[in-house]
Order: sequence, then C-alpha cells, then structure tokens
Amino acid sequence: MAGKVAAPVAELTGPLAVLKEKFSEALSPGEFEGAVIKNENLVEVAKFMRDDLGYDYLSSVTGVDYPAANEVEVVYHAYSARHGLHNGKPLVFKARAPRDNSVVPSLVSVWPGADFQEREAWDLMGIKFEGHPNLRRILMWEGFAGHPLRKDWHEAYFEQDNKPFDSRWPGGHHTRAEDRVPLADNVAFPPGFDPTDFNSQAETTLVERARSVDVSELGQLVSSDGNGSGSGNGHIADAIQTDHLIVNLGPQHPSTHGVFRMVITLEGETILKLEPVMGYLHRNHEKIGERNTFIQNMPFTDRLDYIASMSNNLGYALAVEKLMKVTPPERAEYIRILMVELTRICNHMWAIGFLLNDLGAFFTPALYAIEERELVLDLFEAASGSRMMCNYMRFGGVARDLPEGWIEKCRDLVFNRLPKATDDLDHFLSENEIIRARCEGVGNLTAEQAVAYSAAGPLLRASGVPYDVRRAEPYSIYDRFDFDVAVRYHGDVYDRYLIRLDEIRQSIRILQQALDQMPGGGEIQAGKKQYQTRVPAGQAYGRVDGPKGELGFYVVSDGNPNPYRYHIRAPSFINLTALGEMCKGQKIADVVIILGSIDIVLGETDR
Amino acid sequence: MSQQPEQFQNDPMVPPELNNNLFITTLDKLYNWGRKRSMWPMMFGLACCAIEMICVAASRYDLARFGAELMRPSPRQSDLMIVSGTVTKKMVPTIVRLYNQMPEPKYVLSMGACATGGGPFKEGYNVVSGIDKFLPVDVYVPGCPPKPEALLHGFLKLFEKIESQSIRTVPWYRKGEIEAIPVPVLGPDLIDLRRAVEIKEYTQTQVNAAPAPAAEPAHS
Ligand code: SF4
Repeated sequence: MAGKVAAPVAELTGPLAVLKEKFSEALSPGEFEGAVIKNENLVEVAKFMRDDLGYDYLSSVTGVDYPAANEVEVVYHAYSARHGLHNGKPLVFKARAPRDNSVVPSLVSVWPGADFQEREAWDLMGIKFEGHPNLRRILMWEGFAGHPLRKDWHEAYFEQDNKPFDSRWPGGHHTRAEDRVPLADNVAFPPGFDPTDFNSQAETTLVERARSVDVSELGQLVSSDGNGSGSGNGHIADAIQTDHLIVNLGPQHPSTHGVFRMVITLEGETILKLEPVMGYLHRNHEKIGERNTFIQNMPFTDRLDYIASMSNNLGYALAVEKLMKVTPPERAEYIRILMVELTRICNHMWAIGFLLNDLGAFFTPALYAIEERELVLDLFEAASGSRMMCNYMRFGGVARDLPEGWIEKCRDLVFNRLPKATDDLDHFLSENEIIRARCEGVGNLTAEQAVAYSAAGPLLRASGVPYDVRRAEPYSIYDRFDFDVAVRYHGDVYDRYLIRLDEIRQSIRILQQALDQMPGGGEIQAGKKQYQTRVPAGQAYGRVDGPKGELGFYVVSDGNPNPYRYHIRAPSFINLTALGEMCKGQKIADVVIILGSIDIVLGETDR
Repeated sequence: MSQQPEQFQNDPMVPPELNNNLFITTLDKLYNWGRKRSMWPMMFGLACCAIEMICVAASRYDLARFGAELMRPSPRQSDLMIVSGTVTKKMVPTIVRLYNQMPEPKYVLSMGACATGGGPFKEGYNVVSGIDKFLPVDVYVPGCPPKPEALLHGFLKLFEKIESQSIRTVPWYRKGEIEAIPVPVLGPDLIDLRRAVEIKEYTQTQVNAAPAPAAEPAHS
C-alpha cells in the first residue's frame, strides 16, 4: 500500500486461525498481527469472537486514514477480561472502506463499549458506522465543517505537515500565526458563508433527544423498583402524567470535575435519561500529535490526564518502545515503577477527596488528601523539574537520574507517612454514616455491564471483575512484585470509593518492594540519548493500567520522524459510556457522586 | 493608609472618646482596600491549570491569606474570573456568557500559556488563541502550568491594579450601561459576531476568487 512501508504479511495463528477456519472468506491476513475482516461479515465474526473465543472486552476502536490508497481503516483491539484467556494478548482486527464512501458496520450491538469510540471516529475521521444508534459528533459540535483527522484536512493555522517546521524567523524576524492567515485568527469558513444570516444547529439535536424519552421505558424504570432498592420510590407513573423536566448540568458546574456537561431528563427527581456531552476541552492531541515528532509528543501526554502525567508518559513510551524494540535498563525500570505508583496514590487521594466534596463534606477531606499529594509532587519536582507536567520518561529510559537524597525522602514517605495517611482516611471516612447511606447501592454497574461497556480500572474492578493490565498482560517489571489485584463486588459508589483505598495500599506494597530491590546505580537510558528518534515502520498498541484505568496508545509509524497515526485510548472517555446506564432510575442528587466515583479528568476525556 | 492621629489630640472636631482611634484616608484607598482584600474568584476550572489553582486554594499555598479563598460557583457572586486552562472554541461561548453574567466590578486573570495565547495547543483546530480575543484581561500569568507561587504573584499584581483605580473614573459608576460582549456562535467554525461583516466580506471574495484557478489551465 502506498504511503506505508510494505511489511511482510503476517500469518494467522492461534485464535485467528480458528476464525479463519470458521469464516475463511471473510478473513484475510494483513501486514500486522491480526486480520482484516470483510465489512459484510464484521458483526457476525465479532459475535463469534465475543461468545466463542472469549474476547468479551473491546478495548479500543479507532480509524486510520490512508489517502494514498484511498482507504480508511478501522482498527479494533479486543481482549478477554472476565475469562482471562489468551495470556492477556489482544485480538487485533481491522475493517476497511473506501475514503469517499467510508461506511463500516457498527459493533455497538456486540460490544456497547464501542459507542463513544465509534462516534469519535465519525466525528474526527468521517467514518460512518452503519447501525449505530446515535451517530452524532461527540468532541466537536454538530455543524462543524469537516473531519479534522483526515490527512488532507487542514486547520486555519496549518503551516507544514510535519515538525520540526522551517524557521519561523527567517531573516531574524518572528511572525505570529495570526499574521499569516487571512482572518488573523484560528478560523476558516467555507466560501460564501454568511455569518450574519446563520442559525446554529449545535444544540438542537441535543434538546430533541432529551425530549424524546421512550415512555414504555419509564414504566419499567419505575415499576421494576417495587422492591424498594432506592430509586423511583413513590412514583405512580402509570396513573399520573407529569411533564418531564430537562436539566442541563455544566459545562460550567462546580461538581462536574471540569468542563463536562450532562443533559438530564427527569421525571420528578428520577432520572429517565442522561446524556453526557463532551468536547469542551478537546485540544486536538491527535492532530497535533501526528505533526509532532515522536519525542515531541511526550510532553503532550502529560496534559492528557494531568493528575497522572507519569502514567501517561509510561504508556506512550511503552507503545513506541514496542516499535523500536528497546528495553530500558534495570534502574530506569525501577524509577518508572516508583513514579507511576506514586502517581496512582496521588490520583486516588485526589479522587477520594473530591468524591467527598461531591458528597457535601466540602473541602475538609480534600485538604488532607491534597496535603499528601503535595508531598509526592515535591518528589516529582525534584526528579523531573516540574510538579505536574513531568515529561520525565524517554524511549528506553527516563530523562535524568534521581537527585541526591530522593530515595531517602521517598522511603520516608512510602514507609512511614503514606500508610498512616491512608489508614486515617479509611478510619475517618469509611464507616461514616452519611457516606454509607449515600453511597451504598447507588450507581450500580454489574460485572456484565462493566465489561460490555469497556469500563476500565477501578470502575471495572469495583464491579467484581479482577482485571488489571499489570497482572493480565504484565508490562515493565510488574511481574517481579507481589501484590493483589484489588477487587470489590457490589459495583456501587461505595465500593468504588473503597477500591481506591485498596489500590493505594497495594501501590504502597509495590513501592516498598521496588525501593528494596532497586539497584543503587547504573544506566538510566538504553543506548545514547537522541534528539531525533528513529522509529521503524509498523504499528503498536501499548497499554498501561493508569489510575483511571486502561490507558492505551495506538501508534502507527511509517518510518518517518513523525507518527503516522497517534491515537489515545482514554479510560476517562470510555468509562463515561456507562454513565447513562448507571444513572438511569437514580435520583438527580446522586448524579454528581456517581460521576465523582468514575473519576474522570477532562484533559483525557476530550483530549 | 493610616496617619498618626496626634495632630487631632486637641482638635475640637474630634470628640475625646475617639482620640487615638481616628484614621484619615482617601475614599479611594478605603474602597480599593476593601475590594482587593475580599476578592471572590469564580469556581471555574478549564484544564490542567485549574489543578494548580485548586492547590493555591488548599492548605499549603493558602490563598486565604489574601482574602480570596472564597470561590463562588455562580458568576453572579464573583469578582474575578480566573481563566485557568485551554480555551476551546466549543467552550468559549459559555465563558463569554459567564463573563457577561458577572456583576461589575469584575476582573479577568489569564492563567497559563493556553489562556494567554493558546499555549502548546495553539495550532489546534478547536483552540482559541487566548481568551483576550474575547474578554479584556487584567493580569496574565505565564507558565504551563504556572506554579502556585506564580498565581499568587498574579493576585498581587491584580491588587496593584485595583489600588490604582479611582472611584471617580471607574466605568461602573458612570452613566450608561456597560455593553455585554456578544456571545460567539458555533457554526462551521467559531463565529465572532463582532466580526461577522468582515467574515462575510472575506468569504464572498473567496467565492469570487474560486473560479479563477479553474480557468488558469486554459491559458497555459
Ligand atoms: S497552560 Fe499548560 S498547564 Fe495550563 S492549561 Fe495549558 S497546557 Fe495545561
């Protein structure tokens, strides 16, 4: 295929061979480890994968554009989460369609977790998913011109395809982007467009959808609750016709954890329907990322989940290292583990603090949690130079060695301070009557639902699915540590709170072992430092279990200094797929804590 | 601001019980002192910078020392909008609306590279190159994100600005209404209504220019 360096066509082995046997014609091998599936058979094959091969968890769906071949491609990564089969390895498969008529069947009916991801691929890549129940734009607004991730789509400030750009100050004079473009701003309009006579459609469908609630569903919501499980009590929907109220929460709302918005249709105080609306922090990571060089993307990953920059660094580094086939030296591996586990602790502290905020314990618990986080941030700052945006990892190592005294400080924190702080939180909060009354049995998500919706991280594990990438498909040196995968079984807000405490404790265990095992010195970078990283052609999916869940990076390289495709499987984004389901039939007052218990960060949700 | 009241010791104007208790100052100073020490920022976070803003309000950096710890979720009760993070096209209509809803006197502090000029994401198709394209900004705080100390410094700079204002000239006590900023519209791209005519003229020239390149090959 033009535009790509031709790689040898991989053979179909293992589960793929089983598929080939069953669906012979529908499958063909590609120049990657996986199979290309014919569109007309896609749904059927996917069902077989899920039901017979045990791939119950669709991790990532994304599109890739190949203008040279006049083709778009949809790439799927499926795993076996509940059954724990296939050694934690993915099943990679693709569907292809011509660029000008890019229609691919939707897999929402097989894996509901594909919902938002397919919408994203439609929004940014212009791929139509036939049979998708709600194929609207998700990150941009309805009415936006074009599908930005198409390779031939250019924004107003477009300069060149790839960085580094030519000099921006030829002749010693700097020009601003604004001075180069006709309207002196980052906007572009189609020829003949008349803004003085224009009606925006950005909100219309949203309101229409909120209004159109299926009344039969309503009866079910209310009557299925006869056993008094906490929602819908006291409603006699069949007898009394009431108006539905549409409540808009956000994007500016103190409890939406950022610029997130929900449109809620209410019957009395009971939620009939909740529609998440996002994209208010869509910062075009992927478009910018495909223009950047590989290493230039590292600081951008910091700004995804900005509470947990180190985990993002690691996920991206792993994906690119897979392509480069390098392994970091021993000491660097340990430093990485220290950093990401410290990150997990601060993230969970933060999440617990703010969940309590949402519950009405305004800022007192949060202040305690933030205090511990500050101490960890000091360590990050000492090692990387920045509190939040660490930009610390490199392909094959870390940016710089730990400064003097760092290990001692870290030891003190990990052995003496953090265990006690965690116990304190547990002691003061877990048995608190108000917390229990408000959190138990609220926002339920069953194990089946969690897996089907591709939920990840604490959200998945609190629903009774002990699926942790660190254990299922160990990366870095996680196989050396003795730790338990935290799991809770009720799948409610309370368990999601408890599991975060459990995970903090497990992280402390890992940290203690890592500090004891860690070599006192040695290299921190495989090979020598490079300004321009050479990444061989190919594609790789690197994933880590970040504090929010499975964070994946899908990187396609064509051998150039820039990634050809750079996609982020963002747990905050995909976890929200289940939000509507979790809130159905709950009270409006509980929406906020259900959202808080998922723990999202908008930088990652919207990217 | 205080002056030693000795010269009033025997002043017949000053009743004896107020001896040693009298301050003389200007109305401006009193007015500004009161305002700057009770700045209520809006509880309004946009992106990564908002996390550092929360840290400023937390115990270690303790914004309460400057009287500004009371963050209000409602624009109606706030004096200061801290634009803490990337301003996207999808979000900017909401930001402008919030700003319009704030009562005078109101201030805008642009926190971080993104809010100031687009920052690392400037080239992005959904990113506004700085909030000052829409709102009047009083203080810019550079950084990505600015450290908490830097944001505190931004507050002090804002206080300086407040101190320099005079009750006689501030716009909110003058006659007439202060005009609201038109809320931008989400069309094929972000439409700044103040520039609608200009945009229309430009897109018209595009239409007129469009056939020209097609005709070109005939000449060659
Ligand atoms: S300036 Fe930097 S830290 Fe602040 S919002 Fe922008 S990217 Fe995030």
